[in-house]
Amino acid sequence: MSNYDFPVNEGRLCPKGVTAYLQVHHPDRLLHPLIKRNGVFERATWDEALDLVVSKFKELQTKHGKDAIGIYSGSSLTTEKTYLMGKFARAGLGTRYVDYNGRLCMVSAAAGNNKAFGIDRAANPWSDIPHAEVLLIAGANCAETFPVLNKFLWQQRDNGGRWIIVDPRETPTARQGDIHWQLKPDTDVALANALLHVMIKEDLTDEAFITERTNNWEETKATALRYTPQVAAEITGVPSEKIVQAARLYGRAKTGIIMHARGIEHHTNGVNNVLSYINIVLATGKIGKVGSGYGTITGQGNGQGGREHGQKADQLPGQRSILNPEHRKYVCEVWGLPESELPQAGVSVVEMFQKMREGEIRGLLSICNNVMVSLPDINQIRRSLEGLDFYVCIDFFMSESSRYADVVLPGTTWSEDEGVTCNSEGRVVKINKAADPPGEARADWWIVQEIARRMGREKYFGFNNPREIFDEMRVASKGGNADYYGISYEKIEKQNGVFWPCPTEEHPGTPRLFEERFYHPDGRARFHAIEYNPPAEMPDEEYPLILTSGRVVYQYLSGNQTRRIGFLVEQCPEPYVEIHPELAMKLKINDGEHVRVRSRRGFGIFPALVVKTIRPDTIFIPYHWGEQLAVNQLTNPALDPTSKIPEFKACAARIEKIHSRQLPIMGEKRKGVSRSKAR
Amino acid sequence: MFIDPQRCIGCRACVAACRECATHKGYSMIFVDYLERAQTTATMPTVCMHCVEPTCALVCPADAIKVSEEGVVMTALKPRCLDCRNCVNACPFGVPKYHTEMHLQMKCDMCFDRSSEGLKPMCASVCPTGAISFGRYEEIVPLRRTKPVNAHVFGNQRVETKVYLMLPTDADMVEVDGCGVFEGYVMPDQVQMPPLESWIDTQVEESDKSNEF
Repeated sequence: MSNYDFPVNEGRLCPKGVTAYLQVHHPDRLLHPLIKRNGVFERATWDEALDLVVSKFKELQTKHGKDAIGIYSGSSLTTEKTYLMGKFARAGLGTRYVDYNGRLCMVSAAAGNNKAFGIDRAANPWSDIPHAEVLLIAGANCAETFPVLNKFLWQQRDNGGRWIIVDPRETPTARQGDIHWQLKPDTDVALANALLHVMIKEDLTDEAFITERTNNWEETKATALRYTPQVAAEITGVPSEKIVQAARLYGRAKTGIIMHARGIEHHTNGVNNVLSYINIVLATGKIGKVGSGYGTITGQGNGQGGREHGQKADQLPGQRSILNPEHRKYVCEVWGLPESELPQAGVSVVEMFQKMREGEIRGLLSICNNVMVSLPDINQIRRSLEGLDFYVCIDFFMSESSRYADVVLPGTTWSEDEGVTCNSEGRVVKINKAADPPGEARADWWIVQEIARRMGREKYFGFNNPREIFDEMRVASKGGNADYYGISYEKIEKQNGVFWPCPTEEHPGTPRLFEERFYHPDGRARFHAIEYNPPAEMPDEEYPLILTSGRVVYQYLSGNQTRRIGFLVEQCPEPYVEIHPELAMKLKINDGEHVRVRSRRGFGIFPALVVKTIRPDTIFIPYHWGEQLAVNQLTNPALDPTSKIPEFKACAARIEKIHSRQLPIMGEKRKGVSRSKAR
Repeated sequence: MFIDPQRCIGCRACVAACRECATHKGYSMIFVDYLERAQTTATMPTVCMHCVEPTCALVCPADAIKVSEEGVVMTALKPRCLDCRNCVNACPFGVPKYHTEMHLQMKCDMCFDRSSEGLKPMCASVCPTGAISFGRYEEIVPLRRTKPVNAHVFGNQRVETKVYLMLPTDADMVEVDGCGVFEGYVMPDQVQMPPLESWIDTQVEESDKSNEF
């Protein structure tokens, strides 16, 4: 029965949510462990499969050292599982190489938040949104990528609020914006600096707030003053008049919230883009109050919780750092692990796959991800997987990636296990178990723990249920930034979710951050003077267009869950390339015609969608598909120097008209999609 | 019921949810269409407007389409439906659909199994933006800045509906001429393509005229 009183969504859902129940008893579900023998997957018992995994891991670690095994996890798991994955890598296998798919998602936001505020969480509960006079939403097509958020946006609109939308495409959100900055991809820094410029010139900054609660303003001010609206207009392609308008709208408003998502973060300048928007928040003092604040929009079910408890390459539970000796000491005490056994920081996932090609990492365990769709430049990723000595994949459906695995272990869907997740506002919510896993599928935490136990590490892995993992996680996070110590399953049910930090059992949780102080040791927030840098690959004569990628509302992440639900496949069966009519006319391309899109790394064939809703110098392809339909054959694996996020949202490309009549089979018959009777 | 096309994001959660209603036999009776995808991402949900004098019921020779006490126009009664499809052809909104395999006309019945128990119809309960809202006039209208309109003029026919369209205009009614074209709407093939000079240049030029910096 739906919970129509739950304050976040009131029972509202997106189409993926409405049809999600079809995954649970889907005929494609993996029902028993599989071992690949002579290139064919064969049914195996759990004992066979787990013993094989353990013997291979032991063999590789004896031969090549502890770090020969890599762990690649994900953020669509419950927080208990994400905690366990970090512990499994460090205490179970003793490898430094662990990372998670938030590396393709939230890391730029996280790094920016940590630098500016000293903590990584959205600053306001969503119930603040309707009280904001102005919303500035950058690089977020939240109509399609976060439908349930729209309720709050429209409540704000009903209260007389205005929207400033920053997006190179006219998305369903941007269509309703009062001001839509249709900028060139990855020019946000210039835009944000110009906004700050206008606000400084027109005296719309909050000097008292700046003096009392922030550092490093003068340098930032000097930088911003060099970015006049004309300079920014030149760089971004946004009319300078619109920049001035927006600056006045946001600057003169009493309250305002800035939110952003992958559009500004998936760049080699991802962290800089984030920091430049935070500068605006701080300069106007619009934070830590009802209706004033800042938010990061998460990209997957547990996008916030997954980045809190130690499955990140350099992180320990509670958003602690593996580089900090005190943090190491505390977590080792909780785990009962000798500190010498706790590995040092690992590397980001793209670098991990680089190390696989170099032979430094010989074995891989992946859970909750599908690298052959979601990592940039998948032709290189395929080489990495093929070069592995041993690859074990935990999933509940076969995926484009798991076909390269030596062992596939069947895990659980969202409805078959209990645990907590943390939503985009920092609210910890509970998922309850509604069904038993089908066939021999087992809970993911059981599988991972069982491997660790068979590796001889049962001392650290004695959990009988998710609640026990949660209770250990509470202690492990105690005193950290993401302090869960005062949260319990019962409290979550009682309060409709608990906002962390929640340090004691009496503490009600913290819905709004920064009301009194920021989380740097001096209690002040930090400005960062940011200069504009172009993306790693700029258009040139050979590749004159900017290719950007993103999502559609009908598919979820790498599509492994949604590409087999009939209803969703009918709505959006295949990727397409959005082209502006002016460009289409120049290239003599008709709507619906298949064209070849090529970048320096590869090419793909996509039907053209000729629409005025995109810039003429930019093309867009959604990313949820694999193999020949993957936009990630084309994308640039260049990384942000701080967050190590790949540049999915801007690379140079060109469009070629196809003259041959020989076209590959597209649409429903194509490879990689299993359409089944579950509709 | 209130339909606000401005808010529609085209996610079709309503379409997916409509199929789940116990009285709908797995079929969806709501339609979400792109208006003119080449020009805009605007989409429009179409539900039964539940006319005060429903054309579908008026043209039904078997009197198979009944109106409930609450004013909900129901799906055709199975024993009476003659397969004549008068209703399908007559409805000015194009809502009723005929299902050959079941020999039955089906249309939105406002999920009467849910709405009679105080639950919202499926589409309104899942709609993430409030583009489809279900509630009392005095509860919903004061909250919105758009104007509720429930009079539609199709050529010579005037239809009053119990479902309201929420429009950002001052119009008292939605008028469609005899050819099925909204007043003031320019057919896409009559739209002049802009001259080939660059789109960005025009934008920047226009704005620079009033630039104060």
